[in-house]
Amino acid sequence: MIRINDFALKLANVNGTGSASANGLLMQAIFRMGIPVSGKNLFPSNIQGLPTWYEVRVSKHGHTARALDYDLVIAMNAETYGRDVKEVRSGGALLYDSSWPLDAELARPDITFLGVPLAKLCNEIFTDSRERILMKNIAYLGSLVALLDVDMAIIDELLQEKFSKKKALRDSNHRALRAGYDFAIEHFDCPLPIRLEKMTATDDRILIDGNTATALGCVYAGATVAAWYPITPSTSVMDAFKEFCAAYRKDPETGKNNYCILQAEDELAAIGMVIGASWNGARAFTSTSGPGISLMGELIGLAYYAEIPAVIVDVQRTGPSTGMPTRTQQGDILACAYASHGDTKHILLFPSDPAECFTLAIAAFDLAERFQTPVFLLSDLDIGMNDWVCPRLKWDDAYRPNRGRVLGADELEKMAKFYRYSPENEDHVAARSLPGVHSKGAFFTRGSGHNKLGGYTEIPDEYQEVMDRLARKHRAAARAVPAPIIHKQVDAAFGIVSLGGCNPAVREAVAALAERGIIADTMRVRGFPFGEEVEAFLAAHDQVFVVEQNRDAQLRTLLTMETSAPKEKLKSILVYGGFPLSSRHVIDGVTAQLEQRSAGSRVAR
Amino acid sequence: MPSPKPNVVHPHLRPNQIGLTIRDYEGSMSTLCAGCGHDSVTAAIVRSFYELSTPPHLIAKLSGIGCSSKTPTYFVGGAHGFNSAHGRMPSIATGANAANRALTYIGISGDGDSLSIGIGQLVHAIRRNVDMLYIIENNGVYGLTKGQFSASADIGSKSKRGEVNRFGPIDPVSLALDLGATFVARSFSGDKEQLVPILKAALSHKGFALVDVISPCVTFNDHEGSTKSYLYTRKHLLQLISADFVPFAREITVDYAPGTATSVRLHDGSVVRLRKVEADYDPTDRQRVASHLELHRNRGEIATGLLFVDKQASDMHDTSKTTEVPLAQIPYEKLCPGSAKLDELQKTFR
Repeated sequence: MIRINDFALKLANVNGTGSASANGLLMQAIFRMGIPVSGKNLFPSNIQGLPTWYEVRVSKHGHTARALDYDLVIAMNAETYGRDVKEVRSGGALLYDSSWPLDAELARPDITFLGVPLAKLCNEIFTDSRERILMKNIAYLGSLVALLDVDMAIIDELLQEKFSKKKALRDSNHRALRAGYDFAIEHFDCPLPIRLEKMTATDDRILIDGNTATALGCVYAGATVAAWYPITPSTSVMDAFKEFCAAYRKDPETGKNNYCILQAEDELAAIGMVIGASWNGARAFTSTSGPGISLMGELIGLAYYAEIPAVIVDVQRTGPSTGMPTRTQQGDILACAYASHGDTKHILLFPSDPAECFTLAIAAFDLAERFQTPVFLLSDLDIGMNDWVCPRLKWDDAYRPNRGRVLGADELEKMAKFYRYSPENEDHVAARSLPGVHSKGAFFTRGSGHNKLGGYTEIPDEYQEVMDRLARKHRAAARAVPAPIIHKQVDAAFGIVSLGGCNPAVREAVAALAERGIIADTMRVRGFPFGEEVEAFLAAHDQVFVVEQNRDAQLRTLLTMETSAPKEKLKSILVYGGFPLSSRHVIDGVTAQLEQRSAGSRVAR
Repeated sequence: MPSPKPNVVHPHLRPNQIGLTIRDYEGSMSTLCAGCGHDSVTAAIVRSFYELSTPPHLIAKLSGIGCSSKTPTYFVGGAHGFNSAHGRMPSIATGANAANRALTYIGISGDGDSLSIGIGQLVHAIRRNVDMLYIIENNGVYGLTKGQFSASADIGSKSKRGEVNRFGPIDPVSLALDLGATFVARSFSGDKEQLVPILKAALSHKGFALVDVISPCVTFNDHEGSTKSYLYTRKHLLQLISADFVPFAREITVDYAPGTATSVRLHDGSVVRLRKVEADYDPTDRQRVASHLELHRNRGEIATGLLFVDKQASDMHDTSKTTEVPLAQIPYEKLCPGSAKLDELQKTFR
């Protein structure tokens, strides 16, 4: 059966052999053919020699979550042949390097083996040993172009762009590509039943990873100070920020930098720098991952209590401890919600794709300054490091940052006396003064006990008064964080709640369940503290499935603690092995729970 | 709770160049123990800022946690202060400086704050050459937790309870020299004559100025057997080099005999004149300073003075090529690339 623009590939490679470039080209070419596509890089925490996989899902319906059934596997890693062969869907195909015979034990009668002598082809064309290895990737790309009917003109165009200044490399790529292509045309029935056909579904879309989008958001938000410590998977946030600043933040007259990026000695210092810079009136942020959040805990509490804005980008990875640094998870929800010792509560934002990384990064700065408090942008490795097809980013030139309540020299001059934590506004926020502005605004910021006037205190009532206001301030932020995205159906039997990168899988699952007559409402939360819409959604459903990617049901825990929803009606669907979520996980989770419930009610009867 | 000082202005108080008297550089009353060395350091800081005529609102004073870190409340009430977390002041000062390079930064720390919990941050602030004065009020003990040895306590020094310290000390001066600090000095809280010119020179220096001040703890470390007591310090103190500070505005009229004094013109045009006590001491030769210090340490002497200065080095902003305008003051319009640039950029995201 011919299937057009609806299939999945898995490419099994060895890391450090140059496969990323070929795989990226394939994904980009499909995108340029106008077809919705997604690529998931399942890579090891290693530089060279370990297994790495790249999955490409092509979906004319626009489903971009990870697929678990592979129509075609490209097996380039002898070490993982065994499991890679098993993963081919019955009736699918496996492309392998036939320079060496395939182990007879791996034979499967229900799949097609496509042998391409990639090593032999490259050995014939190239003399350099490194080139012979690298170009095998481009050679299999050539075969895929033939097998899947990729538009060769687009591949040419991409190679032209990529190697515009490196003619020799472009020629090498062309030769390898052609060799793989010609071999496939000659030996196989091209194209395969799974194949591509041009569409126009990506015309107004871009291909972007979340970390790049986050960095871009920070640039557009007006961040001038960034401090960080290298950590996977957040490093590319700062790489991109640096690149954008170099492009957009040079002073046109002096050529000097209108930004300062500090690579700190550790995350303790990174957050300290952000707090120092924010205290001094700059928009400042750090990007990190779970282990960094643990280290930052101490000063996050200081920023919370002293009421200093700070934006913390947490690109979550698999914990606890070092965990699996190159695998994704939503495991820092609770650690961030209540980061630091004592009573603390923070504002969290949950982007679901790179486009939201951009908009919510900007929102994070506005919220941090409006509420004078740390704000966490909780992205994850899947969003942050994989390329996603997203709507084109839009920018309103009328945007101006919300700097919150900051007193200028004139206002301070007119004041009889400035008190840092009084009087409060409707958000329960008091005005702050910045160093260097006016002597009257001088204030001694401290993380020690203070009263509502900002003076040191150890008096219970005075201490509690400030702590109570901070709790009210946090509650007030519920109105200001982005509202949840709710999709309601007629006759929904239950609700599904999720967050962040679960979104594509949940949406696809809901559509598939609907085809089976199982109707669900969905709510994707985008911020914490939870607002009225979240409360109302939970109240409106007798049964709610909470889909998230961690073991301990952290979103569900947060919902049970911070809303009035009874614990019993929130059931968890948890996937936390480190790979991105697939709709099948959600479908299986929901149907299993529904069966359990009906079995339970039968017993009760 | 610190209480404000009575606001009585003595008619004979002399105003400085910006019309402020020394009282304008004071803060609230100290709550430290009577006789604490830190209060003398505070008094020297007050005098230094007054004499330099620094506008109070352009000073940012930061500290970590400990007795020393309480002191920013006791000076320059008209300046913004930040009493941060234990050992974390260097990073906060670094970030603050990144955001606004136009302010004068003074960080107050102690030996516990700087040499144990915060040593990582201290060494990296030195490495970055953050433009600030960093004072370590060094007394060899943890005062607020009642007398544990700190990392600057000497081997064999006795605690008040009679315990003998067995671990070698970390000397902030040697550490700073080794890390490439651009201004390194040591003084004694009991010697205001020496301390004030050092602080003034340190404040005028562009880059990280580390001033280690032996500042005895009268309550927990001023007994017999302690090597950080007033008595011990006075007995073993050796003024290696003395400094006079000549502000930029004042004409240099007195010349010292050649061979005995070196003049160093600082970034802001002011001059430090260093009178050598030892004939072959050169405060601009890092290696020789280090070996001098080693020599005196082995003799059991506490070498003091403005020990090393390198006025050529670039500070954090030079290295980062940051614009002269404080980053916090750049209007948003200059920071946002705008919609046209975003559209242009997105053509590459395909």
